[in-house]
Amino acid sequence: MTLAFRLLHQFPTVQMDMAFEVPSPGITVLFGPSGSGKSTIIAAASGLLRPDECRIVLDGKVLVDTSTGAWLPPERRRIGLVFQDAKLFPHMSVATNLRFGMRRTAPGPVQFDEIVDLLGIGPLLARRPNTLSGGERQRVAIGRALLAQPHLLLMDEPLASLDSGRKAEIMPFLTRLKTSLKLPILYVTHSLEEVVQLADSMVLIDAGRVVGSGTVSEIAARTDLPLAQRDDAGAVLLCKVAEHDASRELTRLEGDGASFWVPLQDVPLQTQRRIRIPAREVILASQAPTGISLHNIVPGTVRRIAGENARRSVIVEIALPGGALLSRVTSDAIVRLGLAEGSPVLALIKSTSIEVLEA
Amino acid sequence: MAWVLVRYRFPGRPLLNALVHLPLVLPPVVTGWLLLILFGVRGPFGSLLYDWFGIRLVFTTAGATLACAVMIFPVMVRAIRLSLEAADPGLEQAARTLGAGRLDRLFNITLPLASPGILVGGIVAYATCLGEFGAVITFAANIPGQTQTLPLAIYAALQVPGGEAKAAQLSMISLFLALVGLLLSEWLGKRLNRALGR
Repeated sequence: MTLAFRLLHQFPTVQMDMAFEVPSPGITVLFGPSGSGKSTIIAAASGLLRPDECRIVLDGKVLVDTSTGAWLPPERRRIGLVFQDAKLFPHMSVATNLRFGMRRTAPGPVQFDEIVDLLGIGPLLARRPNTLSGGERQRVAIGRALLAQPHLLLMDEPLASLDSGRKAEIMPFLTRLKTSLKLPILYVTHSLEEVVQLADSMVLIDAGRVVGSGTVSEIAARTDLPLAQRDDAGAVLLCKVAEHDASRELTRLEGDGASFWVPLQDVPLQTQRRIRIPAREVILASQAPTGISLHNIVPGTVRRIAGENARRSVIVEIALPGGALLSRVTSDAIVRLGLAEGSPVLALIKSTSIEVLEA
Repeated sequence: MAWVLVRYRFPGRPLLNALVHLPLVLPPVVTGWLLLILFGVRGPFGSLLYDWFGIRLVFTTAGATLACAVMIFPVMVRAIRLSLEAADPGLEQAARTLGAGRLDRLFNITLPLASPGILVGGIVAYATCLGEFGAVITFAANIPGQTQTLPLAIYAALQVPGGEAKAAQLSMISLFLALVGLLLSEWLGKRLNRALGR
């Protein structure tokens, strides 16, 4: 099951020519600098902008295709949109807002009570939008879009106008949404935090072109793509809880052909978790050290070594049986260890450096 | 009209805009005279109305009403326009993606959001209407009980020796009506805005 998207549009100064295919359902994050074309994708998909060419195919069903005239106006195409600032109707109660799209479409799989429950907005139903906090407003906006029974949901930087406290408040709801709804979501953000927490797939966009697309683990670990060139670069891996060691207060996570010890997690075995391992926290070694506090010594193979002149360092992509890790070290370290593409290497990772997140 | 002027860009829009606002700037007597030319019994529109329906506008209450309507039209359009421009077009876009068509959006989103402006504009226009002088006297004359507006009555009273007391009374009424109109519009505007959650 996939979502295929293609867009061609000539703006006065820049040409947008983008195509990608991602798994559906799931959250696909569109990532890239301002003006790169993310919002054009959202505007074209929702129908608010009419591009020169646009084609959206979801699970073999053509939703939009300019070449055959399958171009419906926004009000008839059933593609939901969540704006950066909630855009709730100020003259209606929360409940009326939620039902706005629902009343204008045929009944579908998304149920009112279920959504209210999922987003935790039950106590807000009788209130007016101007009495809500930013996070509450955004939750209502998401519910309103979902209740219009969309085939595809677009979210245009839905958390960008919230402070970090509000973001933290809304993030668990989005994670929950992801697992309980079978819906493809295109999600625009600038925030790495949101990528790490929410993305299943990623499409990297720059200057109107797609520069890379794939699963979040693949894209995060590719040293030739901009994500791995950031200061906060790091690998993202999908894992399962494999073992608890209560006496040592440790949990072992397994994924992508490697296993990682982290501080004890209070969740049942087999629970899905995603972990992020920042590149600057990963030490490289040619042989296993002894007498060290470290728990994680992960064997792998050097896949790529990319120089980063501005930082006087290099970033090393280490292939694991399944995914990959990133390590940022000095070029001197590469020379001393005699590393080259294809060399076996050990990645040393402190268990407390691994960020464990909900899957 | 206000909606057309806010939402659409078309050739001739500046001209339409200027025409709508003309009575605001033009001396009212000139507006009245133009109405007389156009809607007089022998004018292009006036003759049609008279021949087909037997309606005569000149020197009648209906004529005074038309003169007032023309004079307050720009006031109304301006008020509605300002509140339409203040409304967030993103809300209409949101309504679109939720399945609302053009008329649906107009009645459920645009008009309710513009309602404070429309009401306040209406009240101010009504008060203005009561005080209309130049256009009415030119087009509909000054017939007590038919086309005599308050300022016309005051003016007439002042022309008569010993009419100062009557003029003062009428002026007081005028002052009172204007004040009530303004206060009412202010109060209503506030209430409506609160109801709209602003």
